Amino acid sequence: MPADLFAQALNGLAYGVLLFLLSVGLTLIFGMLDVVNLAHGSFYMLGAYAGLSLIAATGNFWVALLAAPVAVGLIGAVIERSCLRPLYRRGPLDQVLLTFGFIYLFEDLVKWIWGGRIRSIPPPDLFAGSVTVLGATIPSYRLFVIVFGLVMALLLWLLIERTRLGAIIRAGVFDAEMTAGLGINIQRVFTAVFAFGAALGGLSGVIAGPIQSAYPAMGVTILIPALIVVVVGGLGSLKGSLIGSLIIGQAETFGKAWIPDAAMLIVYVVMAAVMLVRPQGLFGRPLK
Amino acid sequence: MTARLGGFAVVVIGLALFPLVSGNYPVKLLQEILIWGIFAMSLDLLMGYAGMVSFGHSAFFGIGGYVAALALARSPGLVSALVLPALAAGLIALVIGFFSIRVSGVYFIMLTLAFSQMFYAYTFQVSWLGAEDGLVGIPRPTVPGLDVGGLRGFHAYLLTLVMLTALGLWRVVRSPFGHVLRGIHENEARMEALGYAVDRYKLVAFVIAGVVAGVAGSLYVQFNGSITPDAFFWKTSGEALLMVIIGGTGTLGGALLGSAAFILLQSLVSTYTERWMLILGATFISFVLFAPGGIVGALRGRVGLRA
Repeated sequence: MPADLFAQALNGLAYGVLLFLLSVGLTLIFGMLDVVNLAHGSFYMLGAYAGLSLIAATGNFWVALLAAPVAVGLIGAVIERSCLRPLYRRGPLDQVLLTFGFIYLFEDLVKWIWGGRIRSIPPPDLFAGSVTVLGATIPSYRLFVIVFGLVMALLLWLLIERTRLGAIIRAGVFDAEMTAGLGINIQRVFTAVFAFGAALGGLSGVIAGPIQSAYPAMGVTILIPALIVVVVGGLGSLKGSLIGSLIIGQAETFGKAWIPDAAMLIVYVVMAAVMLVRPQGLFGRPLK
Repeated sequence: MTARLGGFAVVVIGLALFPLVSGNYPVKLLQEILIWGIFAMSLDLLMGYAGMVSFGHSAFFGIGGYVAALALARSPGLVSALVLPALAAGLIALVIGFFSIRVSGVYFIMLTLAFSQMFYAYTFQVSWLGAEDGLVGIPRPTVPGLDVGGLRGFHAYLLTLVMLTALGLWRVVRSPFGHVLRGIHENEARMEALGYAVDRYKLVAFVIAGVVAGVAGSLYVQFNGSITPDAFFWKTSGEALLMVIIGGTGTLGGALLGSAAFILLQSLVSTYTERWMLILGATFISFVLFAPGGIVGALRGRVGLRA
């Protein structure tokens, strides 16, 4: 039984890490642009489908893992420049509504290009089998996802806390106007952050592909857990995104194993509990 | 004021006479527009007047629908059709509202969205509500003196309810209460400083909107004879939101217009192409970018009318 428990915990960890990769883009975009990007699930979906096509074309998962996020990031940059930028003066709700429109657009576009069927994505050959860790047998791809996600978390932390670019981003989050006054081209930073967040969404889509397959509704299905993660962790906080993801990942996985009938409810109970105690989330800035 | 009431009466009479001059399909389309119109109006009370943009309004639509479906299957009367769904939706709105109004803006959006999806996840899983197939074969209520089972009888029943809802909501937004809501929308901190219990006003608005949305959900069940978890799905909230934006926020008539535009566009476009959602998304994005006032806003700008 403990081995079983351990396998569950690893599965939960893999799912949590996946949620982290997705929600960190959401939280970065919010922190910088004050936009809750509801199309973030769409970026995730686009990433998975772009990955699907790239794997089919090149036969190489790693090429897809590298190129698909770039493609999604470019789409993000175009959206920010053409549609979001005119709305910055109008307040955050119009921007949320705009990204909401893109959900419809992208879901139908994907159905058009790839069809509505579920398409499975093969894991890379290197991680096609399964491994036994401390008596628990899990697919080795999940182990890869866990390591990959944790390394990404470390890299992101280094990027934001230890580089010049990160300093600019942190300054922009703190006070965009002041940062512009210091001679930083804040518009370009906005575009870059949105594109980077979108790319992270795309990246998590590619990563999720071999676990969850690709289907048109995948974007909106994952959007809800991702939003719950940022509510629990606190919007705009990198640490909150990581801790929130790990909590929600475990809660959902163990919920499914122990009380299948109320599995989804557990996640909401966690969210409601956090909201009651700390409305701004575990690591969010206090609400005004 | 009199001109408005006169206009309202003309529209109601026109809608009432519509089944006499048209075939069955257009009447059904009109009924769908009216039902969604009620739903959109209830959302507009929150969005357009109180400034609370909810992405989880489907929660109340679904609760109203499911309660009506369960109740009508046992006793097909008006209590089952209207009272119970409204009460249940109001109660749920009280609970969700209690949590959600503690936060505002984007947090409010995310919380309401998450709550509605909780109901979706639950109804999708449990067998006593038919899981993903939902509840089917729901009878329409028996109303004394009216054959609600027939197309024209249902039309009269529906139109009466739409009229009462529209007048009721109109009274609400015109009342001192409605003005306080608008004040909160404009400047919440100032209303707080003036001594208004802002949170209580918001909660009451949230419950009223929930009750009306519950009635809309119940009518939807009576119209279709069935309900599935999709009633709770975020797309249901999203469609109401699209209607309000397309019609014009903060104008109850706009919500009805938006509902008409949405459903006519849907039935029109889907006869020509499968790419209905694509066109819908693009339409919506264009409205947000270029016509944030919606149809009503555009008309006002053109004719130079002021509210």
